[in-house]
Amino acid sequence: MRLLLGTAFALIAAAVVGLGATWIALTRGTAYGGVNIGAWTAWPKNGTPGIDPYARAMMARTGELPVGSGDGVAFYANADDSAQPLDGRCDVLLSGITPQARFWTVTLYDPDGRLVANSAQRQGFTSQEIIRKADGSFEIMVGPRARPGNWLPTGGVERYLLVLRLYDTPVGMATRSGREAPMPTISRGACL
Amino acid sequence: MPVIRLLLWLLGAVLLGGIVHLATVLLIPLMASQDAFARVSAVAPVNTVVAIPSPTPEKALMPFMDPAFVVSICRYDLSRGPLKFSVPISQAYTSVSFYTRSDVSYYAINDRAAGRRVIELDLMTAAQRADLPENEEITAADRLIVASPTPTGLIVIRALVPEPGWLSATRNALAAAQCRPQ
Repeated sequence: MRLLLGTAFALIAAAVVGLGATWIALTRGTAYGGVNIGAWTAWPKNGTPGIDPYARAMMARTGELPVGSGDGVAFYANADDSAQPLDGRCDVLLSGITPQARFWTVTLYDPDGRLVANSAQRQGFTSQEIIRKADGSFEIMVGPRARPGNWLPTGGVERYLLVLRLYDTPVGMATRSGREAPMPTISRGACL
Repeated sequence: MPVIRLLLWLLGAVLLGGIVHLATVLLIPLMASQDAFARVSAVAPVNTVVAIPSPTPEKALMPFMDPAFVVSICRYDLSRGPLKFSVPISQAYTSVSFYTRSDVSYYAINDRAAGRRVIELDLMTAAQRADLPENEEITAADRLIVASPTPTGLIVIRALVPEPGWLSATRNALAAAQCRPQ
């Protein structure tokens, strides 16, 4: 009787522990093998056959396709440089330069990877569209209110992600630091 | 004594839980019904290039699609034989990425790496490649052969629209893409 109870307890606990760990790993995001530069993180390995099982399971669940490593690399940011989550009701300034790449795009998504509706019908910029300063650096104002210059509207959503994708770039698995790959800073301004 | 027994049961449970965890993580890609391949299968017939509508806030085939790109996809099946693939490159940037049946990216090439006005290649399984006659001209360097690890998978053709005015020209370039059995 005691054996039966113990077995039942162990099996139930195992199911809870195992499935719970899987659920947490797949919904909170993986941290393995990421390249962190400032507030940005990329997983260049996800675009290769060496993608880790957690990333594979996560992509199978969300239905996205990784950017192939021969194509480019995607950097994600869900917080600013001081680790505050990106809030669509606040002004956020993206400024600086990007690593070497033939083209890049920056896009705003909700946490599920959907584009965010806004009155300006703008979801991102390409490196060709951006207005630069004389020294080649740029500033993008991300916020709910219209701005002159490069304005990326948030539509007032509570949480969002910025994704900066570099195409035809030497940045990849060998990249370790911001010195090789200078990413734009993300700083928070006033909130609504 | 009962405490030790309880701890042993707990230890067993945690170990078993670890196995359950690893097994589910490895099994999810095999069982997923809403992964990228399944989403593409719902809109794309086999061995045909299909233009994928640009993502909008209301509707997108997959999450995290780059809205600055025009995308076409060929869902391939090599069980009847190898495929010939070609796409003329657009003005700004064109890339062709290959994914296995389980959405693993195994190869990607862009217009500059291809070095020509048209990206052309032959797609086949490793077995079909081994069957190729060795001494024929087809092994010449100008014929790019890609070996697919799985008999089915996806070819994703992506062309950048650097400014909105380039949209129709870029769409036209992708419309000429072909993927057909040899």
